[in-house]
Amino acid sequence: MSMPTEETRPLAKKKKKVPFNYSPYIRGGKLPHIWCPGCGHGIVLKSLLRAVQTTGLSQDDIAVISGIGCSSRTPGYIDFNTLHTLHGRALAYATGVKLAKPKLKVIVTTGDGDALAIGGNHFIHACRRNLDMVIMVYNNSIYGMTSGQSSPTTPLGTTSTTGRYGSIEPTFDTCQLAQAAGATFVARGTAYHFQELEKVLHEAIMHKGTAVIDIIDACPTYYGRFNKYKTATEMMEKIEKEGTVSVKQAEKMSPQELEGKLLRGIIYKSDRPEYLDEYNKLVERVQKK
Amino acid sequence: MHTKKFMQGNEACAEGAFYAGCRFFAGYPITPSTEVMEIAAARLPKLGGVFIQMEDEIASISAIIGGSLGGMKSMTATSGPGFSLMQEGLGFACMTEVPCVIVNVMRSGPSTGFPTGPSQSDVMQAKWGTHGDHPAIVLTPASVQELFHETVRAFNLSEQYRMPVIILYDEIVGHMREAITIPAPGEIEVIDRLRPTCSPAEYKPYDTSHGDVAPLAAYGEGYRFHVTGLYHGEDGFPTNNTKLIEEAGLRLLRKVDNNRDKICKNEELYLDDAEIGVFAYGVSAKSAKFAVKELRKKGIKAGLLRPLTIWPFPEKAVEELSKQVRAIIVPEMNLGQIVYEVERVAQGRCEVKGVLRADTEPIKPAQIIESITGNGFFPSASKMNEMMVERDMLDG
Repeated sequence: MSMPTEETRPLAKKKKKVPFNYSPYIRGGKLPHIWCPGCGHGIVLKSLLRAVQTTGLSQDDIAVISGIGCSSRTPGYIDFNTLHTLHGRALAYATGVKLAKPKLKVIVTTGDGDALAIGGNHFIHACRRNLDMVIMVYNNSIYGMTSGQSSPTTPLGTTSTTGRYGSIEPTFDTCQLAQAAGATFVARGTAYHFQELEKVLHEAIMHKGTAVIDIIDACPTYYGRFNKYKTATEMMEKIEKEGTVSVKQAEKMSPQELEGKLLRGIIYKSDRPEYLDEYNKLVERVQKK
Repeated sequence: MHTKKFMQGNEACAEGAFYAGCRFFAGYPITPSTEVMEIAAARLPKLGGVFIQMEDEIASISAIIGGSLGGMKSMTATSGPGFSLMQEGLGFACMTEVPCVIVNVMRSGPSTGFPTGPSQSDVMQAKWGTHGDHPAIVLTPASVQELFHETVRAFNLSEQYRMPVIILYDEIVGHMREAITIPAPGEIEVIDRLRPTCSPAEYKPYDTSHGDVAPLAAYGEGYRFHVTGLYHGEDGFPTNNTKLIEEAGLRLLRKVDNNRDKICKNEELYLDDAEIGVFAYGVSAKSAKFAVKELRKKGIKAGLLRPLTIWPFPEKAVEELSKQVRAIIVPEMNLGQIVYEVERVAQGRCEVKGVLRADTEPIKPAQIIESITGNGFFPSASKMNEMMVERDMLDG
């Protein structure tokens, strides 16, 4: 499993020639961010901004909406229409914004606790409706902002401040959950594979419907320290690099080899009708009568 | 041309909202408010608006706040447990100063209680339900016609002061049917929020140079601004600065406090020479009005003070009344809520007695009359049990 993968190679080559200018996307005076040294959130943000640029969308036509948590601080740093809401509720706010202003491309930045625990109900129903929006789940398997409690993706047996003797709860697989609930674009990326993530985010933004991206990301401050990882890079290598395989690689691997690995890349895509399209059709039908 | 219609309270509420320009409704079914949502579901697509049924009440209030930030006048309707779930979003709307209207059709009891039974027991929750210091505007219409007009007023106040406004009524007002006149478009004033006139580069969503209420841009119209539930400065970005935090908190309250005269609205009946005052809101005011008229026929100088705005509390009017009358009677369908507010403002200048009832039956005029004429002019409100017995006798 060496980088770059086949999928990302052409894109990486193109980027080499043009240095990326982040400044139009960063709000003046709002940095430094709150993220700890070694946190992957900054890398994810970098991939997001690069992906946004490749779509050609205007900053005026993008809304970035979040709940509460480390990843949810993203909107404050970047120059779009931005909304930092309540813990777990980002998707419900995003639903309102999108329905009121359909021309906006809505991107939600949320975490594993925010999206899958307190916001779990909103998450499955957002997927079911298939309203056009991108849901980026920054998944570091812990509550970072409140200092390291167990989340729905804290692996069995690992330690947190509320799982002192090892977690006994099974975890959610964000992608399986999203697909079962009805999301029409389901993908996974990692902060380690940041070029691949950029490409996946580009596809997600271009997709019409609910796109969920599970982004495996490290919290060295809490998850790392509690679980005996010496450095942030060790976490990235063990969890993000060795813990995942691309969809393409997986095709050539046996079930035994795939044991314990998470799939990376676009896992599922469907062209099921999008919510606003259906709503607009309904309005047209009703108004004709 | 205005039109005459026969309709239910909940329907009048929805129609009032559409008249005021509401084109966004998100909700979740709950008795006894569901009809507001059902009417929104039927009417909004025809009006070119947005209707969505959300997964719960938390999502409903969240969606309407999002809708309002998208530039649409937005509303949700709920009852009982649903209103409890909405408290979180209500605080967010106060903090971020996003206009929206929340309808709470009161039902009986804590928890599931008696869903089809009316009460007036959320009146303190409507003021204090969400955590932290925050302003509140809560309207208490008492008839179908009034529901229409007060819903328009709720939107106007919400837009004017950039804050959530609650319309609080009970199951009886919500489900009763009366003839109402729907005004022609333009007949009642409809107020829209201030929009920025400055350039996007200059725009600050909490700019205090306009006074306490700043113009609000909509997302997606070139003004790329930030909104957060954290304490924030004029530019909308989070702050830890204690001075800015204090200023922001005080300004939120000032929006209501400094405009009490414009927000408060009372109906007065026979108060000029009244020796006994009745302070009643919502459905209880219907009985109170009847009772006061009956008492006048008996030669007792009773008068009615009926607030259509219960929060901010009509302190001035109650203070005046307390200086004039021997006692203020407060009938309400709960076990004692607003009666203590009246007591607080009266400051012992007159007696304050509650006529309380919480068995889901409306307070009858006879109960109010009895509380004044029976038991030597003013029976003690603390003798609740005795009053319940009296009530049973009156019910026959």
